[in-house]
Amino acid sequence: MNFDFSDDQKQLRDQARKFLTEKCSPKAVRVVLDGKAPYDKELWKGLAEMGFLGVAIPEEFGGAGAGHLELCVIAEEMGRANAPVPFSSTVYLAAEALLIAGSDAQKKKWLPAIASGEAIGTLALFEGKGNPAPKNVKLTAANGVLNGVKKPVADGAIADFAVVAARAGSSGREADISLFLVDLKAGGVEVKNLTNLDPTRGQAEITFKDAKAEPLGAAGEGWSILTQVLDRAAVLCAFEQVGGADRALEMGRDYALDRIAFGRQIGSFQAVKHMLADMYVSATLARSNSYYGAWALSTNAAELPEAAAAARISATQAFQHCAKNNIQVHGGMGFTWEFDCHMYYRRANAMALGLGSLTYWEDQLIDRMRKKNAA
Amino acid sequence: MNFDDTPQEAEFRATARAWISANAPKQYEEELRKSSLGRTVLKNADILQVAKAWQKKKADAGWACLHWPKEYGGRGASPIERVIWQQEEGPFGQLSRMFIIGHGMCGPTMMAFAREEHKRTYLPPLASGEKVWCQLFSEPAGGSDVAGLRTRAEKDGDDWIINGQKIWTSGAHYSDYGILLTRTDPTVPKHKGLTMFFLDMKSPGVEVRPIKQASGASDFNEVYFTNVRIPDHQRLGEVGDGWNVSLTTLMNERSAIGAAVSTGFPELFEYCSSLMLDDGPAIEDRAVRSKLANWAVKASGLKYTSMRAISALSRGERPGPENSIGKLVAGSMIQDVATYALDLQGASGVVSGEDGELAGRFQAMLLRAPGTRVEGGTDEIMRNIIAERVLGLPGDIRVDKDVPFNKIPTKGRN
Repeated sequence: MNFDFSDDQKQLRDQARKFLTEKCSPKAVRVVLDGKAPYDKELWKGLAEMGFLGVAIPEEFGGAGAGHLELCVIAEEMGRANAPVPFSSTVYLAAEALLIAGSDAQKKKWLPAIASGEAIGTLALFEGKGNPAPKNVKLTAANGVLNGVKKPVADGAIADFAVVAARAGSSGREADISLFLVDLKAGGVEVKNLTNLDPTRGQAEITFKDAKAEPLGAAGEGWSILTQVLDRAAVLCAFEQVGGADRALEMGRDYALDRIAFGRQIGSFQAVKHMLADMYVSATLARSNSYYGAWALSTNAAELPEAAAAARISATQAFQHCAKNNIQVHGGMGFTWEFDCHMYYRRANAMALGLGSLTYWEDQLIDRMRKKNAA
Repeated sequence: MNFDDTPQEAEFRATARAWISANAPKQYEEELRKSSLGRTVLKNADILQVAKAWQKKKADAGWACLHWPKEYGGRGASPIERVIWQQEEGPFGQLSRMFIIGHGMCGPTMMAFAREEHKRTYLPPLASGEKVWCQLFSEPAGGSDVAGLRTRAEKDGDDWIINGQKIWTSGAHYSDYGILLTRTDPTVPKHKGLTMFFLDMKSPGVEVRPIKQASGASDFNEVYFTNVRIPDHQRLGEVGDGWNVSLTTLMNERSAIGAAVSTGFPELFEYCSSLMLDDGPAIEDRAVRSKLANWAVKASGLKYTSMRAISALSRGERPGPENSIGKLVAGSMIQDVATYALDLQGASGVVSGEDGELAGRFQAMLLRAPGTRVEGGTDEIMRNIIAERVLGLPGDIRVDKDVPFNKIPTKGRN
């Protein structure tokens, strides 16, 4: 049994960590946090040059053709560095949707552009409150154009194209939903920036008014493709969350060693030690669940739906838990803008919602476990 | 990344599986599979006899204490082979429960500190289950603070005379031997005045009394020592070095890798899958599903954490510290799971035993659960261990560390 990443994959992780430590310091993240740039363009360019954007994209489409385990270790480092770039929208959502359902022409058009850093992509699914569900898709598709409003759309304001879920039929069934590709720089699209919990990753409202769209995947298959995309993104996001959780735990640990109160290191008080020990426990559970998700993702195993939901829940909980208690360990200083703790708190809570909230994934997990037991 | 055996592992697994299939006491398989927490009871047989017979059969064929050297009754197997054996032994591994202390703690301590002739005499019958061992560390005045123990050992010629009391000794009532931590010098700080021995539990002056637990069962004992004589050659380690010797024992207690920990989750999921609530199937209920999902990811998280450790063993490496979370997570989880299962039963959840739902399975779980959070290191000690050894946080401030043991305040409890 080798339920672990290979030495080469671990080396890639080290390489990514070294690169991000240099190019994505908290200071660099703050440029975006403070609203001085919509995302870190230099970093995005660097990620393309390192081959990280196209690591799981086949060589014939301009990628490195490595695989999803390689993408997982890079994702972990992106989360650890709190990178202010549209990585998850472009690589986990848009690229995965293209890989699953794109025509050869669509892949040829967008995948090389993603790998080279020239195109930013995203998924436009949500329409206000609510979790992923066919009935929540109201935006319509007819005669090759889309009409309706999507919000929030992650990185919507900087994206060049979007995969859009639209209602193309009126049977009232899941088969009404189809996916479309929309060039956001073409006409019929209005984009409005939304304020959001985590300013290091933008959220937008996109209004489609007779926007030209081409189908992505077979008509009526939209929901099934979307479910696969969300599962795959859930595993990849879980690695970002695991990276973020680990970093928040380390920050808390380091501060507990450094800070003296009542004449001793605060990390010598059991109330603090036990809080940090519990953070380690949730981060470890999340990492192990995510490894299982990575295995299922990389082998396209039948277990992927269940593994993805478990990784999603576990990693979401761990990142929220570690980010929250990292602030608590820091005390008052943790609540200042100056300290970096809040950046992880913001990211953790934004990520908890991005692919659908915990309530949604809990429901999915139980459904999938039942299905497996019934089989 | 894969879950596959290496060719050597696959071959070992096939050999183990074939032997188990041909030799295991299959008539008890169903009962053993159903025992989920703490107590394994067979309806129509004495579990001790069944366990001893199975252990002896394994030993005769070279399947006992796999990781021990052959000359001491083991197989000289690698750590990963030991894990594969446990996986294959499955429910029959329940029969090893009464040997866990002896095989997991006493044996390794003997191997590290006993004289060669003692190892050759005592270890093979320990491996084969013919002799059962217990561990005599905890005392009324020293649980988490083991080094606060008071049982005295005083030198008398070539012997030591033991007086005092131990508590929470698993299996003392059927044990043949034990390892015993004593205080040989009360005038030095507590960790420095301890010495370890092994002794014959049938020695004159040893008295074993069962403890009636909060659950109503009796799995543990108090052991009283009144002028018990132990020859000096049964000393393990130097005089005054007992603390270091005991660390060897305790490290082995916490290093059991690959052993399945009970969380109660599979039982609860199965129960909820068929349970009808007032307004429909439990498994369709939003609140039930949310609870189940949260426990499901803890259970799977533990399972895959264990897989990661096993993978390290398979590569011939030492597993990382992540395995230290198992007991902490599972202990409180099984208590919460049991509480919730009863909640789902409504008022009838109060009925236990044969009259209760599922023959009182979750009620029994609930009553046994507090013990799981205390035995083998309380939740609080486990958190200290993670904080100090994994995260590198400072040790607790110990006000009695440099004080001679007999000057430590006791509030009159001596």
